[in-house]
Amino acid sequence: MSIAVTQLSYLVATALFVLSLHWMNDPKTARRGVHAGVAAMLLAVLATWAQPAVIVHHGWIVIAIALGFAVGWPLSRVPLTAVPQRTALSHAFGGLAAGLVGTAKYFLWLGEGQENLTAFRMTAIIAEIILGYLTFTGSLMAAGKLQELKWIPQRPVTYPGQNFINIGLLVVAVFLGVALVLNPVAAWAVPAFVAIIVLSLAFGVLLIIPIGGADMPTVISILNSYAGLSAVAMGFVLDNKLLITAGALDGSSGLILSIIMCKAMNRSFVNVLFGAFGKVEAAKTTGEQKIYKAESLEGAAQILEQANLVVIIPGYGMAVAQAQHKVRELYDQLKKRGINVKFAIHPVAGRMPGHMNVLLAEADVPYTDLAEMDDINADMPQCDVALVVGANDVVNPAARTDASSPIYGMPIIAADRARTVFAIKRSKNPGFAGIDNELYFSDKTWMLFGDAKAVVGELVKQLSGGGMH
Amino acid sequence: MSRRRIATLAAAALVLGFAAIAPGTEVGASPAAVEPAEAASASSGLDYWSMVFVFLLSTFIGIGVIRRVSRLLHTPLMSLTNAISAIAVVGSIIVTGSDYPLEIRILGAVALFASMTNIVSGFLITDRMLKMFKTERDKQ
Repeated sequence: MSIAVTQLSYLVATALFVLSLHWMNDPKTARRGVHAGVAAMLLAVLATWAQPAVIVHHGWIVIAIALGFAVGWPLSRVPLTAVPQRTALSHAFGGLAAGLVGTAKYFLWLGEGQENLTAFRMTAIIAEIILGYLTFTGSLMAAGKLQELKWIPQRPVTYPGQNFINIGLLVVAVFLGVALVLNPVAAWAVPAFVAIIVLSLAFGVLLIIPIGGADMPTVISILNSYAGLSAVAMGFVLDNKLLITAGALDGSSGLILSIIMCKAMNRSFVNVLFGAFGKVEAAKTTGEQKIYKAESLEGAAQILEQANLVVIIPGYGMAVAQAQHKVRELYDQLKKRGINVKFAIHPVAGRMPGHMNVLLAEADVPYTDLAEMDDINADMPQCDVALVVGANDVVNPAARTDASSPIYGMPIIAADRARTVFAIKRSKNPGFAGIDNELYFSDKTWMLFGDAKAVVGELVKQLSGGGMH
Repeated sequence: MSRRRIATLAAAALVLGFAAIAPGTEVGASPAAVEPAEAASASSGLDYWSMVFVFLLSTFIGIGVIRRVSRLLHTPLMSLTNAISAIAVVGSIIVTGSDYPLEIRILGAVALFASMTNIVSGFLITDRMLKMFKTERDKQ
């Protein structure tokens, strides 16, 4: 196949990738987007493979592709609560691929054709391996934390001089990289190259260690962006514009999601990566002992029955308790009585962007009843009952009122403006950020203590047992 | 500052970073290289610039398109872009299948396996998730 055909196929693939993302703007056309993406990828793979002048060995390609299918298929069947760790794992694979191709190209050109190691290509190779390998280990760490592996600490790990060490590692790696760009074939080039790889791998691990679960949506988005940028760098190394375009699409997607997540927490990138949110100065326990008001499930069910508008606010606790199906049963019970039910989705609820939406869609809640924070907040004063299911910080009014609170300034769902609040909570401990939630002590709040799935299940039973009107 | 402005600035900063490298290329390469390489670096110097342009434009297109993606679909969006960035498969195939030394091709094969895993799992799980997004009417 001639170069023109290959390039033409790449051009069509690029267009399809852009369309693929364009169709994601609406759930109605989104699946078409996936099909366009698959077509583009198929085209790109075939056009690359079918170059007899370039590709002369086929055996390993077939084997690697077959293995990719063998591992990829089960990874696509994971339960939806495990989607954040699957996503992190695939960022790791993306980073690894970029790092390995960069390494392979460097050693290839070092061995034969050193004139190929121009300053531009060397810069691209260095960017590719630093981004690739740090994304690899960083994402593996993130996946491990999300999977709650025992040997990876869940709570943020911090130690004195942490940021100094982290940034120091990166600075050394970049410094070695600059030295290599200037002298790509020096006698010390190979050890320096290997040192950059080792430093990047270590940096990835150390970068994620101090990050807690509540920051995972942001971190996953940033790693997404890095994985895309490492593909861009690979495109620069290989003179391949398809890699550059597709990588840039992924990179900008990660960038936008990171910005949305950061804004939703009122924090900056730097603060997320180097701020160690979870350890927040020993959550100030105010002297006065505050008192929760507990409500019986019968009582809660009766109040729910009389409501006109019920807003359900899900959080990570719903995912942990696997309560989404019970929540949908509750939704059905209320809907049957002609009650208007909406779900209020905070952008950082859960462990990755959009996590709650996917769980509720899985449970068959129509997506038209999933409301974004800004839209639902306008309706909250008309809301009769706000039901908080496993969410905490995203409904904490301290974000509006208490300038000393670590979450001050974070946009929240205005549950406190509803007429009545029911909060389902597993225990009386404070939430992830270790901050007391004023909402729980408010006059109009009643607590329903227990596992989210059990409590919602019991509410459903009360409602269905109470008979139809 | 609007979200769009921040995104635009960040993208511009990234691209300028790469662009800053490009002119340095010829300066760095030419003193050491002799005539034939110099001719090559002149033509590929232009090519470097065109790659930077491609990167700039596709980043802007990416930002424009992704900003319109429904917030409902951010999880599927991420798994879809995962699969798309596994376009690294193209580079991996070249490294694995070319007439290169064995060790180089081994690295390529591992990269190819990793990319292929992302393609397969990324597209399949995206489609699986998207199938679940229904309206009241779709359910009947």
